[in-house]
Amino acid sequence: MLISDQAVARLLLKDEVEQFLFAEAELLDDRQYEEWLSLLDDDIRYWMPMRRNVKFGELEREFTREGQDINWFDEGKDTLTRRVNQILTGVHWAEEPLSRICHIVSNVQVLDAQPSVSEPSEVSVKCRFIIYRNRIETETDFLVGKREELLRKTGGGWKIARRKIVLDQNVLLAKNLTFFF
Amino acid sequence: MVATSENRVTGDLVNVDTGLISREIFVNREIYEQEQEQVFARAWLFVGHEAQVPKPGDFFVSSMGEESVILCRDREGQVNVFLNSCMHRGMKVCRYDEGNTPVFTCPYHGWSYATDGKLVGVPYFKDAYHQELDKSRWGLVKVPQMCNYKGGIWATWDESAPPFLDYIGGFKLYLDLLMDSWDGAEGGTEVFGGVEKWLVPSNWKFPAENFIGDRYHNISHRSVDLVGIGPSGTGRRDTGERANARMLDVSFPERGHGTVMALRPMDAPIPQAYQDLPILAEYFRHCEEERKRKAGQLWRLLGGPGTVFPNMSYLPRQPRSIAVWHPRGVDKTEVWRWFLVDANAPQEVKDYLRHYYIRYSGPGGLTEQDDMENWNYAHAASSGVVARRYAYNYEMGLGYGTPTYENDGLKLPGQIMDTTEHRAAEQNQRGFYRRWAEFMDAGDWGSLTTWRNGASHG
Repeated sequence: MLISDQAVARLLLKDEVEQFLFAEAELLDDRQYEEWLSLLDDDIRYWMPMRRNVKFGELEREFTREGQDINWFDEGKDTLTRRVNQILTGVHWAEEPLSRICHIVSNVQVLDAQPSVSEPSEVSVKCRFIIYRNRIETETDFLVGKREELLRKTGGGWKIARRKIVLDQNVLLAKNLTFFF
Repeated sequence: MVATSENRVTGDLVNVDTGLISREIFVNREIYEQEQEQVFARAWLFVGHEAQVPKPGDFFVSSMGEESVILCRDREGQVNVFLNSCMHRGMKVCRYDEGNTPVFTCPYHGWSYATDGKLVGVPYFKDAYHQELDKSRWGLVKVPQMCNYKGGIWATWDESAPPFLDYIGGFKLYLDLLMDSWDGAEGGTEVFGGVEKWLVPSNWKFPAENFIGDRYHNISHRSVDLVGIGPSGTGRRDTGERANARMLDVSFPERGHGTVMALRPMDAPIPQAYQDLPILAEYFRHCEEERKRKAGQLWRLLGGPGTVFPNMSYLPRQPRSIAVWHPRGVDKTEVWRWFLVDANAPQEVKDYLRHYYIRYSGPGGLTEQDDMENWNYAHAASSGVVARRYAYNYEMGLGYGTPTYENDGLKLPGQIMDTTEHRAAEQNQRGFYRRWAEFMDAGDWGSLTTWRNGASHG
């Protein structure tokens, strides 16, 4: 059986992207926050809209708008770095003692690669996440949703240039969002 | 537990004279059930902002206590608040968060209601009801009293409650620091799109008392202060504007409201604040100068956190927002947070503030995250039958208050404690619980309007 170069390149790219996302999850779950920050490109947009219940036919109003409305997150690397630094103070009581967190990333789809699949510099990716958080004694949260990302290849390897986080909740069921998606 | 004597809450569970307040009022389910009737069905509650329903047919589904309500602008342009429950079998007639509609149609049997609440459509009206149903009597339940105060929509279920401005009393002066524009112009605020809604596992009174004037919980926010998210790059807020200011705790124990604030000298310079961005710094300098020109002595007030009894809390300056602590069970609070901004502020200012608000407040906010951890585990650790035997201590500053306050020719309403040297006091919390106890004991509003008997603090 002959496999086209294009198909091989696509498979290799999908594997590369998956391995990158899995390794990223590993860093977060292993509490290596500063190493995680190094995976974010300097111009990263990290956006998590809130979701409304809206009438059929008005779904364009379901999500709060990036850059205009209040969102759960709508920020860049500076604020993300401050979030990491806050955890690292050791007196961020909402994460002290640290939560036990498990990121499960799946359904990874490479939607687009530019300029080409064989030599990509930017790829658009969609995936699903389950974040399990357990803290103190019995406190447990499950956060489930989708992520859309733009990954960028740099001299230092892949970096995350954009991450949109779509949480499948209306009223947030977790008391806080002290962790990363 | 719940006693049966007439005066069971005041003095027994809540003793503001000794500063002891029983944990039962936070963790006891029967007390929770009673406060739905005694407090939430009687008090004025914050429903939403007029800017959320600018056009006829616009609606925003809100909450008053445990009840779902619809805030709606009708075809005539009037703002209404209705119980979100069909009069036939109680189904929620609106399960959207917001939108625009000509009519609310119940998905169960199809009764439909106009935007003014009137029942306008009944399936089989002719056949099944023989045209005998009196539709005029079966409109959606409308709140008996509603008030649009500078864009904030307030309502009460109790027709005998005093009008909103009477309920607020002298506290209006402080609430205005939130509801007026920063340059001192009356009203003029709008809210950003997106109301944060999230669940906190604690009784609703923990956050309500925290916001009424807890100057004592700096350790909670140590981490954010170290990291720095404030609008001039450090700390969590601008504090330079409080230089040489007196720190005042303001309580209205007869009404339950309270706030903390700073009072600067009239000759204080325009503060250096919001230094992150030149256009932002310029906007606030301009606003401060305008307000100084317009407000005279009142320019000296720098608003801080406050609570309007029972469950609306706010921050008038940094970050400017309103939170409502909706009760959802004795150990569960659904927090809704609106963010306000001057409607006529430049776009860059709005953009900056929006980012600041998000990184400060709510479940994603570097500051508020740590508050919720405290409320959560304070509640949890107070619930046991043994823990409940031990009252919380609210003694701080007991007996050190002054009944009237005047500074450099400025008289301020309320019972005011100057905490500049003392750093903190619990006068405001005592005022809040004194009022809460009165609500729990009172048979009706007749015995709750004590300020009408004279000797009032405002």
